[in-house]
Amino acid sequence: MRRKIRVSRKLSQRIALGILILATILVIIPVLFIIIQIIVNGSGAISWEFLTQPPSDAGRAGGILPAIIGTLYLMLGTIIIALPIGVLAGIYLTEYARDNWLTRLINMAIMNLAGVPSIIYGLFGLGVFVLAMNFGMSLLAASLTLACQALAMTITTSREAILAVPRDYREASLAIGATKLQTVRHVVLPQARPGIITGAVLAMSRAAGETAPILVVGAAFLLPGLPQSPFDQFMALPYHLYTVAAHVPGVPEATMWGVALVLMVVVLSFNIVATVIRLRARRRRST
Amino acid sequence: MEHSTSPTAAQVLGKNLRRRWRVREKFIEGWILLAGFLAIVVLLGIVILLFKEGVPVFLHTPPWEFFFGTKWYPVSEPPTFGIAPFYVATFWVTLVSTAIAVPVGVACAAYLSEVAPPKIRETVKPIIELLAGVPSIVMGFIGLMLLSPLIQSMFNLPTGLTGLTAGIMLSLMSLPIIVSVSEDALRAVPNEYREASYALGATKWETIKHVCIPSALSGITAAIMLGVGRAIGETMTVLMVAGGALAVPVSPTEPMMPMTAAIASGIGNAVQGGLQYQALFAIGLTLFIMTFTVNVIADRVLERQKRKFAR
Repeated sequence: MRRKIRVSRKLSQRIALGILILATILVIIPVLFIIIQIIVNGSGAISWEFLTQPPSDAGRAGGILPAIIGTLYLMLGTIIIALPIGVLAGIYLTEYARDNWLTRLINMAIMNLAGVPSIIYGLFGLGVFVLAMNFGMSLLAASLTLACQALAMTITTSREAILAVPRDYREASLAIGATKLQTVRHVVLPQARPGIITGAVLAMSRAAGETAPILVVGAAFLLPGLPQSPFDQFMALPYHLYTVAAHVPGVPEATMWGVALVLMVVVLSFNIVATVIRLRARRRRST
Repeated sequence: MEHSTSPTAAQVLGKNLRRRWRVREKFIEGWILLAGFLAIVVLLGIVILLFKEGVPVFLHTPPWEFFFGTKWYPVSEPPTFGIAPFYVATFWVTLVSTAIAVPVGVACAAYLSEVAPPKIRETVKPIIELLAGVPSIVMGFIGLMLLSPLIQSMFNLPTGLTGLTAGIMLSLMSLPIIVSVSEDALRAVPNEYREASYALGATKWETIKHVCIPSALSGITAAIMLGVGRAIGETMTVLMVAGGALAVPVSPTEPMMPMTAAIASGIGNAVQGGLQYQALFAIGLTLFIMTFTVNVIADRVLERQKRKFAR
């Protein structure tokens, strides 16, 4: 009797652990499946012409150069705005802010900003940057919108990176007569740099894939040329994928997969860069 | 005479330089302070804008009709704005997503935290991070190309673009956050708890089930809330694969239009300040309040979890 109970306990342990492994496999398989599908179906469309020509016939033929360039501009514009603010806010929260209700309020605001749906950032950008500030449906308005969305991330990563700098460094700097700001600039920030850059690169990767905000703020459906100034309209990869997949009838499937592949390459290469920076920084710290 | 004046001049110069440096420092510190407050400014800006643009629609459509009306005809004469089809759709899509992502995600987290050897853990985690990095538009595209034909033939439906399809894609998108937050919660459970359980003769599974998961329950709850928040707020995926029908959906296998998709698909045609524009901002306000509530609850629960094991 007792033996039987022990066997069944062992068996239920086996089954349960099997289910846990199964769940993990269930998470991994779709990821690999999606990546492989995109590579297999998309690589056929990739050609020199596809990457260097503007689209023609409403996206059915030609290339996607304006969308690639537009996305790169957008990433750049987003990070130029969001990174300095993120770093300054990170400095404020770690070096200057006291532990009081105001700081808690700021932290709560950051936490909530991270959870605001992307479409709402789109409405915000439309109301504030496109209409109220009259930037129109431009690269500038879209960058500002995406920067607002990236803010939560750049602040959080900067704050974590600065917090990780040991206290002794600051004290040593203050002890030789440096002011607080000199300490931050010459001691704390250089130490925190890998962490800050990792966050910035991740924020850029996310900005590259965002579609809903630029859909609302008004990315262009088709443009023959490249944007010449921040006030110009622009094309972007994710929006282009949306239009060719959901709006234009008769686009060859290979073209859609090709756009998806290029977008994934842009997004994931930035992810990989972030991972490499993080690993290298960790190795340097441990030696 | 000259000897005594020249050091004073240098001193004056030094003092001026120092003062200038102080002024510059104060200036930069002003910017630091300003940046610190910007998060509050943006959040408040969002709230104010949504109120200012959205609330006037209630002058035309009373809140009762707006929230419980089932007819959304923004361009007919007179227009009617009832948003019930949208939040019912959001409910279905979120339900499907949560029903899949929670058991799978928590089980995966339990495996990674309690069972998996470090080597497997180090391989699986980047793959899950990879999933978090896939843009929502690509998820929508995959749903459109690969999942919707499958759903259509499996359930014998007139179209594969349904709430179910969207929910399945959304479950993939909320999995990374559910797994990582749950895993953090499980890892925060002190080892003494597990050892005490083993010492009583419990097996590994019994320990996970009766000790680890109950101890980490508040963290896991927060993970679920964050996953729900993700599913409610996702836009592109549901816009592409949920089907976009305007009737109130009675089952997840119907085509439907969740709130985010309603905003995204309507905003391009809405005239600034017009009734439809206001109605869409009012949907945005409703959506914001929903996700805000979910996030605040998740944050509270996480705080409590942190305090529980912090000593």
